[in-house]
Amino acid sequence: MTDTTLAQQSDTSHASPERTVFSILEGDALTRKRNAAEARFKLYGIIAIGIGLFFLVALLWAILSNGLGAFTQTFVKVEVPLNQQQIEEAEKSVVKTSKYRAILIEAFENDLSAANISTGISAKDLEKLFSSGAAATIRDHVLAHPDSIGSTVGFDLIASSRVDGYMKGRVDRDDLAQDKNLDAAHLDLADQLQAAGILEKRFNWEFVFGTDASDSRPEQAGIGASMVGSLFMMLVVLVLSLPIGVAASIYLEEFAPQNRFTDLIEVNISNLAAVPSIVFGILGLAVFIQFMHLPQSAPLVGGLVLTLMTLPTIIISTRASLKAVPPSIRDAALGIGASKMQSIFHHVLPLAMPGILTGTIIGLAQALGETAPLLLIGMVGFIASNFPDGVAAGFLSPNSAMPAQIYEWAKRADPAFYERAWGGIIVLLVFLMAMNIIAIILRRRFERRW
Amino acid sequence: MSLPLVSAVLLVLAVAGYIFGRGKALKTVGGDSRRLHSLSGYYGWNAVVWTLAPSLLLLVIWLLLQPIVINGSVSSMISEETAAGSSLDLVMSDVVRIAEGLDLAATQGVMSAEDASSIRIELTDVRDRLGDVGVALGSDVTAETLRAAQAYREISATGYLLRSVVVIGAALLGLVLAVVRTNPEFRARNAVESVVRWILIAAASIAVLTTLGIVLSLIFNTVEFFRIYPASEFFFGLTWAPSFGGGSVLGILPLIWATLYISLIALAVAVPIGLFAAIYLSEYATPHVRAVAKPLLEILAGIPTIVYGLFALLTVGPLLMNVFGSGGALGVNWMSGASSVLTAGMVMGIMLIPFVSSLSDDIINAVPQAMRDGSLGLGATHSETVKQVILPAALPGIVGAILLAASRAIGETMIVVLGAGAAARLSVNPLEAMTTVTAKIVSQLTGDADFASPEALVAFALGMTLFVVTLGLNIIALYIVRKYREQYD
Repeated sequence: MTDTTLAQQSDTSHASPERTVFSILEGDALTRKRNAAEARFKLYGIIAIGIGLFFLVALLWAILSNGLGAFTQTFVKVEVPLNQQQIEEAEKSVVKTSKYRAILIEAFENDLSAANISTGISAKDLEKLFSSGAAATIRDHVLAHPDSIGSTVGFDLIASSRVDGYMKGRVDRDDLAQDKNLDAAHLDLADQLQAAGILEKRFNWEFVFGTDASDSRPEQAGIGASMVGSLFMMLVVLVLSLPIGVAASIYLEEFAPQNRFTDLIEVNISNLAAVPSIVFGILGLAVFIQFMHLPQSAPLVGGLVLTLMTLPTIIISTRASLKAVPPSIRDAALGIGASKMQSIFHHVLPLAMPGILTGTIIGLAQALGETAPLLLIGMVGFIASNFPDGVAAGFLSPNSAMPAQIYEWAKRADPAFYERAWGGIIVLLVFLMAMNIIAIILRRRFERRW
Repeated sequence: MSLPLVSAVLLVLAVAGYIFGRGKALKTVGGDSRRLHSLSGYYGWNAVVWTLAPSLLLLVIWLLLQPIVINGSVSSMISEETAAGSSLDLVMSDVVRIAEGLDLAATQGVMSAEDASSIRIELTDVRDRLGDVGVALGSDVTAETLRAAQAYREISATGYLLRSVVVIGAALLGLVLAVVRTNPEFRARNAVESVVRWILIAAASIAVLTTLGIVLSLIFNTVEFFRIYPASEFFFGLTWAPSFGGGSVLGILPLIWATLYISLIALAVAVPIGLFAAIYLSEYATPHVRAVAKPLLEILAGIPTIVYGLFALLTVGPLLMNVFGSGGALGVNWMSGASSVLTAGMVMGIMLIPFVSSLSDDIINAVPQAMRDGSLGLGATHSETVKQVILPAALPGIVGAILLAASRAIGETMIVVLGAGAAARLSVNPLEAMTTVTAKIVSQLTGDADFASPEALVAFALGMTLFVVTLGLNIIALYIVRKYREQYD
């Protein structure tokens, strides 16, 4: 730079007439711009969190608004006189339930005339108010209580899914235009029945504890059997993954030398935690079913597959809680002559137990909601219509699991089943919430600072 | 002797081993346990180990070998013409069924034990009599299969007897040896601890075995698939048209395309939202807000994917139909069904938000405070600090997090099975239904196809592709995350 340019520069800067005086109290344009950018940036963050929380609320709202209906059910009260002669005749015929249905309709018509409701609906159409399983309910009662023959028994029979849907507002009169099963007269009758107290909507324990009936009777479907299936699966997962996971973590955290083999194990565990769940399903299919010939759809196989999936989660959390036990505990044990094994099993492990249990419960909760691998080992192909008899059957006989059952309902493309699927999700989420709350309580209760 | 009975005997022997081992150790020192090398219990446990370890090992080997040996010797009884009529496997499964039926009949008392081993097809109708005990046979029993089944029963019975004798003998031998070896100088604790150590190592190895199992089960079936179906057509084919009657066209490209498309949409939803949420939570939020918002967002990660699948199918899909479908809010007819790439992608994006935000949050928190202080001290605003100092410093970790999210998106199953549709097509319209690799694995393996057909085996090839792709992404992501972390440690 020459002197002249310097002089010119200093000249222009000194002589600049536009030089502004800054106030500390109000910023200049640039500062305002930067502050605005700052505010905007902060707003983006708030919006992002808002969107996330909005999705959460939308999801929960969708679940609750669609699923709560599954917990109520429309029932029709019918006083059925169990006539000895009629029942003997029905039991002798080939299609027993159709005879029982005739008994039911006759009784229902009597009830209607007793309540002064005139229908103008033929007996055949009157049937459509009831679930097709209603006759079987009566027969089951007769078989279970033979002494009640000859008396009149009051039954609460499940209404058909359309009537049920109408009572819940799922089916409206416009839909009926396309419906061959039901017409407006049925709905009028349903309204009258409700006014007369013959038809009522109430809590449906059948949905929680019943079994899935068939793919044409959504009103009878229940999640009970698959709950049992899930329970047995979780037992397998717990019994296998907790000891194996803890043993593996103890080895890796406390004993493992730094060598190729332990390195391989560690890398493997972090990789397994990220393998897609469906691949575990393929593994289960190929190894447990194709190769080892374990029974398909059995909770034992599902449990084994989920155990392999849960192990990495449990190992990672167990290692963290083992690491959190301070070295002084180990040193103290070693100092008074305990072996390394004794110091770990007698001193470190009990102190790490709350953390291990927390991790295990979270792992179990994940396993409980897992669906994809269960599809491959056949837990959807089977519709659980009975509870397993006995403990061994619980593990070995085909069953479903809650998520698989929900998937099964979701596939059936019928609004009445969709309602069941959402309802099933509520049951599943209640279980998950309970497990997570237990995990949180455990963590709170046993949290200690060293 | 049946398996549960043998196990029960072993258990009893193990308990006896504990009592004898401990008792002997205490007796040799006259009850003064101070003179023993180890605590008295360790002598008992040593005996338990010696009782159980060899016998259980033998039992497992026996269980694996016996069916192979018996099948070998019985299948030689079946003449070639029978085997030629249907496959040998089918005949053998018939033989096993008949043998089981005879066993059942004998235990239920429908047949006497001698009858079960001596009945002849000429004298009685075996099929009917087995039907009585609830064993339904598809075809009539030939004299040959009946003889084979009876031979099968005899050999199995001898096998079971031998198995019990050998296994229980081994347990007894181990017990006696351990008790004999027990003396005050014996280092029982060291012996027991080394066994425990091996158990721990075995538990840790299960991770390796699982991976091995995955790889082997995929490879064997994939190789089998490529033997019937040309690999070039699989990897470069543009059509996916399986038909269970045979003559399928199985090109993977449409599936890969839809998988990537859906993952891309999912990431486009999850990455900006997750990243901004993470920045806000770690840089701006007060501890109070953070304590509430972070766990709330993480609930999204804990919800099972079947829930998201249903949400996509029944809530988001119809919603999009109302906007883009015929007679919708926009008045366009771009969407023909509720399931589409956009439906599945958006819902998957929601699922991935907490995944991206939690990982990024950890990484942003790991950036040292000194870097923030330096930048703020120079007069930068907070957002400038975030954009120009923190994000560049955290970038490798964030990229790792995004890659992990991507591999999750690619491997996700339930959302696409329910939300994306079932038609395999190559299209750029996100409102059309397409189908992904994972969805096809499910549909190919839940059908009734025979395991040896290309239509079922293709699922393993798809699984292999999926496994390789996600594993590659995971490894790269973990590598990036680890390398980055080392910079500040």
